Amino acid sequence: MNAPETMKQFRPKGFRHVGTRPVRPDGVDKVTGKALYSPDFKAPGMLWGAILRSPHPHARIISIDTKKAEALVGVKAVATGRDLPTLESLVMHVGEGASDIVDVSHNCLALDKVLYEGHAVVAVAATSPEIAREALGLITVEYEELPFVLGVEEALAEGAPVLHDNVFTKGVEPKPEKPSNAAMRVEMGGGDVEGALASAAATVTERYTLEPVHQGYIEPHACVASWNGDGQAQIWTSSQGHFAVRSLTASVLAMPQSDIRVTPLEIGGGFGGKTTIYLEPVAMVLSRKSGRPVRLAMTREEVFRATGPAPGAVIDVRIGADAEGTLVAAEVEFLYHSGAYTANDAGAGVSSAIGHYRIANTRVVGTEVLCNRPAAKAYRAPGAPQVNFAVESAIDELAGKLGIDPLELRLKNAAAEGDPQTSGLPWGRIGWVECLEAARAHPHWSAPLGPNQGRGIAGGYWGNYGGPSTVNVSVAEDGTITVATGSPDIGGSRASMAIMAAEVLDVPYEQVRSVVADTASIGVSMVTGGSRTTFATGMATVQAAEDVKSILCQRAARMWGVSDDQVEWRSGAVVCLEGEKQGQSMTAAAIAGRSFHSGGPIAAVAALSAKGWLPGFGVHICDTEVDPETGHVKIVRYTAIQDVGTAIHPDYVEGQMQGGAAQGIGWALNEAYIYGKNGKLDNAGFLDYRMPVASDLPMIDTVMVEVPNPAHPYGVKGVGEVPIVPPLAAVANAIHGAIGQRLRDLPMVPDRVYAALHPEG
Amino acid sequence: MPSTAFHAPDTVEDAVALLSADPTARPLGGGTDLIVQMRSGRLSPGAVVDLKRIEGMSGVRRDDEGFVIGAATPCTALKADAALVAAWPGVVEAANLIGSVQVRNRATMAGNLCNASPAADSVPALVAAGAVCVVAGPSGLREVPVEAVPVAPGKTSLASGEFVAEIRLPAKPAGGGDAYLRSTPRTEMDIAVVGAGVSLVLDGEGTCTSARIALGAVGPTVVLVEEAGAALVGTKLDDDALAAMSKAVQAASNPIDDKRGTVSYRKAMAGVLARRAVLIAASRAGAKA
Repeated sequence: MNAPETMKQFRPKGFRHVGTRPVRPDGVDKVTGKALYSPDFKAPGMLWGAILRSPHPHARIISIDTKKAEALVGVKAVATGRDLPTLESLVMHVGEGASDIVDVSHNCLALDKVLYEGHAVVAVAATSPEIAREALGLITVEYEELPFVLGVEEALAEGAPVLHDNVFTKGVEPKPEKPSNAAMRVEMGGGDVEGALASAAATVTERYTLEPVHQGYIEPHACVASWNGDGQAQIWTSSQGHFAVRSLTASVLAMPQSDIRVTPLEIGGGFGGKTTIYLEPVAMVLSRKSGRPVRLAMTREEVFRATGPAPGAVIDVRIGADAEGTLVAAEVEFLYHSGAYTANDAGAGVSSAIGHYRIANTRVVGTEVLCNRPAAKAYRAPGAPQVNFAVESAIDELAGKLGIDPLELRLKNAAAEGDPQTSGLPWGRIGWVECLEAARAHPHWSAPLGPNQGRGIAGGYWGNYGGPSTVNVSVAEDGTITVATGSPDIGGSRASMAIMAAEVLDVPYEQVRSVVADTASIGVSMVTGGSRTTFATGMATVQAAEDVKSILCQRAARMWGVSDDQVEWRSGAVVCLEGEKQGQSMTAAAIAGRSFHSGGPIAAVAALSAKGWLPGFGVHICDTEVDPETGHVKIVRYTAIQDVGTAIHPDYVEGQMQGGAAQGIGWALNEAYIYGKNGKLDNAGFLDYRMPVASDLPMIDTVMVEVPNPAHPYGVKGVGEVPIVPPLAAVANAIHGAIGQRLRDLPMVPDRVYAALHPEG
Repeated sequence: MPSTAFHAPDTVEDAVALLSADPTARPLGGGTDLIVQMRSGRLSPGAVVDLKRIEGMSGVRRDDEGFVIGAATPCTALKADAALVAAWPGVVEAANLIGSVQVRNRATMAGNLCNASPAADSVPALVAAGAVCVVAGPSGLREVPVEAVPVAPGKTSLASGEFVAEIRLPAKPAGGGDAYLRSTPRTEMDIAVVGAGVSLVLDGEGTCTSARIALGAVGPTVVLVEEAGAALVGTKLDDDALAAMSKAVQAASNPIDDKRGTVSYRKAMAGVLARRAVLIAASRAGAKA
């Protein structure tokens, strides 16, 4: 059932709960260490799995000998790619983007070729983790090493090793005759770019580059699977979408989805990287073979070597403006690292590149490039930060050439409601201009700078999403409320759902509890990703709570012997408006306590595909101080400004803004995959993969600009992904301000900044 | 399946006997390197010999010559010893740059030294301070200058059955001051791209009468750069002296290009950090102890 028309409209009113900051329902468990995360879960009789991974970046598997491992006492099962069913190519739209199920399967266990160092080849299950690891050492895999390629330009060069002989660039007509590493090409835009650039008063033509970075979730991937002889199975795992885990696992194993029950465990960070599967089909096969539950858990090193980084990129930008600063043309061409299999970032990259400006002549082209790295996966606003770094750096460079304040240049050209996006479709009620105006008015923008300091500004956006969600709101016999969703809580959504249900029912927040139900206990829900959950699952929550409210009113009317229109919901209770009971009220507790004899239990399910989502926009201001003798960059002040629609729970909105900024700062300054000449990852750990620690960051100030979404009952817009988009360029522009030189390659590590400051060496 | 025996002897003699009995046995002070290396599979010792139960292995004591730091003394405990902090602030600060607070609650300077990483934070500061190790072994106790313990990345000069039992620091000389600085991309939880430890003595007129400068992460071991110290002696640490010192430091630096830094950057940073550390040490030398 889709949301009724009345549900789709924003209802501005004095809120009782929306906008408050209550403690999250899952908070106590998390701060006391009781919360059950993926690697914490144990089942009786459980075996311990381990995975042998490829030491080569690209090789053909000639043979696998597992006899010695199978003979080791304590080893109960061994599995290779041959144990997974042979599948027909099928593109599945789960998670954040599409995946071919054949690629998903081959990524779980390689079949004929390994495509990156760390690619899973053989799995074992044993009675202890030590025996499982020892068994790995007894397996012999004979490889024929193949030439490998890591860089996007190298991968497209003539003569480069081609990873897949069945990949012909998608999005190119006619279909290319030869397979290549160009997996997909996306193009948008219109007008006369060349003509407009030729007549522009100022132009910037530059290349910007970024390295792949990891999502950096603290909790490694882990699961326990138990597959019985009758075909039914259970999986316990943390993910951003247990329904996606179910559908992908069922597809890889060619089994009915209803035979798998996935129970979501607490998630210790995902950031897009847990919208896919790596371990579940492998644990399932090991369980089927051994007849026991099997646990697989990655080490940190495995997480780095084998799970999805965000793509690195090579991005060429040409942009021009007239003398007054009106942007006249922009061309953006980028190559993204797809890694071992076709990834999904180019499309979002194209639509996130320059749509925030009114530009008559545009051309944006993105290409996914296969290379011998782990398969790129979604990372917070997947595909947007890379291209935004290039465009917002170029805008800054253009402002410099024009002699126009970089904020004013952005404001002058900022797209507003009704202006066309790059696709040509008009923007809805976006808050980009409001964010820029808030930035201009913020004391940070005009604060004095100290020696060796510089200030940068950048703006960006993320399209957000709606999509399918199911919510069940039920009333207990004592009148308390349970909200069950199918959306894993990665950013405080349990609290937000409880707030929205409490708002509808006008009852205390603590009277509403919110849980994440397993795949057998609630209807299908899309992943928590695309910044969709507070919007879409929130819409379903509001609808189900409204339905519960209607049922409560009907029951009270029946008990009073009046018609439904003679009662009204007021202050958390039904009030009788007419007749001899006029003025009497009945609480949810009173109604529910008698519900078994007056129509049955009270519950409502809302299952909908939410429409009407709107993108979010953010503007970040960053001050850096650069040590001229060492090249160290210190972030001395940072302000994140964002159109958040309506902040349902402001703490968690601000937390998203701060977290996104922190991750973006890490990407800008230090994070990068470092490969040796042998094609192996050289920094598969948090020591040398440098995410920022607390002392690397200042307090990140937040300004929530509320431009409500008219299509959501409470005005919600997705907020989680936008804040990682602007920081890369904000930091780069601030470094330019501090040192007077433009750095166009990330990360801006100390030796790179030093080299720019001391070209003599 | 290989197994590891765990021993917690009460005496130095028992510890020596246990370590001598198995050439793969390893002593355990804080374990913050050892356990990590065992877990990663890099090391599989036949036995781990915990030193913490041996009397004198934990804590800082004074004797006539200065400070005696037991091998199993965690880095955070050094901060709690006011006399040590007053005498050798650079050493205490260096030891408290290692890892995180949680790591430093276990990690020891002796372990930092015997892990023999060229990037060990506490080692340049100890070398600059002229610290000496008391090494226990099958033939009894012997004293070894700190700089003579590491011989290559991951390798020490200790013989089979030997372990570092104590680190001894002299009393603070009159007019003395020390400092340690390191360069890391992050502010914490990081490993030195370059480290520079300085200890010097100024006379009443501010003239440098002695100086020791040691560098980390610019060669296979921590290096004591005698020419750099010599460049300061007899000067008032004027710009020319500092420039000469930096030049000597850079000349003595023989780093590698790796994921943590380039050769040219490391050489440049060695000079910069040494100069900054000299200035901090000098300001401490000028201060009343």
